[in-house]
Amino acid sequence: MTATIPRPAPSGSDRGAEPAIRARGLAKRFGSIVALDGLDLDVPAGSIFGLLGPNGAGKTTTIRILTGLARQTAGSATVTGVEVGLDRTELRRRLGYLDQDPRFYGWMRGRELLELVGRLVGLDGGELRERVGAMLERTGLTSAANRRIGGYSGGMRQRLGIAQALLHRPQIVFLDEPVSSLDPEGRRDVLELIVGLRGETTVVLSTHVLSDVERVCDRVAILDRGRLVTEAPLDRLLADHVRPLYRLTPEAGQEPAVAQLTTRLRAAAWVSNVDASADGGLRITVSDPAAASSSLLALVVEVGVRLADFERVRPTLEDVFLELVGTPSADELDGRGFVRPREVDR
Amino acid sequence: MAGLGPLLRKELLEQWRTLRLPVIATIFLLVGLSSPLLARFTPEILKSVAGDQFSITLPTPTAADAVDQLAKNLGQFGGLIAVLLAMGAVASEKERGTAALLLTKPVSRPAFLGAKLVAIGLTLAVSVAIATAGAWFYTLVLFQALPVGGVAAGAFLQWLTLMAWTSITFVGSTLTRSSLAAAGLGIVAFIVVGILSVLPGIGAWLPTGLGAPGRALALGIAGPDAIGPAIATIALVAGAGLVAWLAFRRQEL
Repeated sequence: MTATIPRPAPSGSDRGAEPAIRARGLAKRFGSIVALDGLDLDVPAGSIFGLLGPNGAGKTTTIRILTGLARQTAGSATVTGVEVGLDRTELRRRLGYLDQDPRFYGWMRGRELLELVGRLVGLDGGELRERVGAMLERTGLTSAANRRIGGYSGGMRQRLGIAQALLHRPQIVFLDEPVSSLDPEGRRDVLELIVGLRGETTVVLSTHVLSDVERVCDRVAILDRGRLVTEAPLDRLLADHVRPLYRLTPEAGQEPAVAQLTTRLRAAAWVSNVDASADGGLRITVSDPAAASSSLLALVVEVGVRLADFERVRPTLEDVFLELVGTPSADELDGRGFVRPREVDR
Repeated sequence: MAGLGPLLRKELLEQWRTLRLPVIATIFLLVGLSSPLLARFTPEILKSVAGDQFSITLPTPTAADAVDQLAKNLGQFGGLIAVLLAMGAVASEKERGTAALLLTKPVSRPAFLGAKLVAIGLTLAVSVAIATAGAWFYTLVLFQALPVGGVAAGAFLQWLTLMAWTSITFVGSTLTRSSLAAAGLGIVAFIVVGILSVLPGIGAWLPTGLGAPGRALALGIAGPDAIGPAIATIALVAGAGLVAWLAFRRQEL
């Protein structure tokens, strides 16, 4: 499903401050395959920015272009004011990057890797030792620092990846699916670490795990098949795109009254949908939240239904995502579970 | 060349930790030690194998045979090892994703390539030096003392020849993500140059053309001039480095 909502104006531009990322018409094609299609994006400096989308939406392609690992087919972008490109050392001095599947030298020790990265970014002497020690501590790798990386678990490698990305206090850090391969505990640790970066640096976090984004991100961009579907602060996205939902659980043995309530609700102008759940409860989606707030319980009382439970359900990012992107059909997925990219004539 | 120092340090540490340097140096040492021994004892071995039924007349072995044996062995084993060392230098890093780790740091791509080529060159230099020292010592024991300066100069020319195979394979490793394809390029170059080396006029300017001057230098006798083929081989190595950079600077990772 393709979203039909109008694309909002990039938000950073109306804030006045120089955005950490400014992309205009960024496109990437692999032959006839369109991986990214005219992306306009402003990422405000200092934000924790979630780049969301199903597999194959163009998240990794975007990050690879912005970090100088890939070249755009069209358009332009700046990161912290520096034009992106393949061999831009000044650009890379300012950024930290964690690949979605971070690979390291198995023969190297964790501390040695951080020392190498530190020297590459211009640290040396006491400052290098201090930063390496601090990042090992922060990522919980101090006790494993002198072990070979080849013996690290997936979670440890992920944390080492974050440590190397943050070592030189970059102005912006790109984390491509940073928790996708972690167990729940490792996931929690890494997300807490990311939250701890708030105010220190700009974080661009790519993921398809929506609950993670809700936990850590200030702003969100949703990509689908290489196109930006929407971009907004998380709260605004939730407010703008998800209709309020109420859940009523009547006490048992009132079937006639509940049936009458259902009929009355379906007839109400401020209700857009009523679903009866298997446990006898009702899920009520409303089109006019103000009218619902004042009328829903009054209607329940009027019909005489006794409630065991009443809840206004907080809309989640998943609801937004499903509304904007939808669930791909089997035809739209390839063998790996990725949404098939769009193809154009060359 | 931003980042060359730390990258070279990393490459050298990798040569040591992955045992490439110790293993290759040991192989070269064995080659160096065995070459004068083979030269000295091959006639006796052949005679003992032939027994009394055949009469074989072989010239008395000399130090020149030891030098020839060393050059032949290093040319073959060394050439193969040079290809093996260079085949995965860039290709395997691209394939594994470790190139992306380093190249999202403020590192220039020429420094990334240069550090690798220099590290391989140093590994081969140490190994050739060890082989030559071993061969010089056994030649002294079994035959006669060879001029140290001449032997060192010959070893340098031998190393330069190996660097030619290294740099051609290195270009292949930069162009592709396949170590095998890179090795294929190096081996094809090895064979083609071997064929071309017999052609008059051309052969002296190829890396294999360094053999005759190197032999003469090691034995302290008059021989063909080394300057021409040495310059040609250095130009080949530099040209290969340039091609590798031109290919790599536009590559996506």
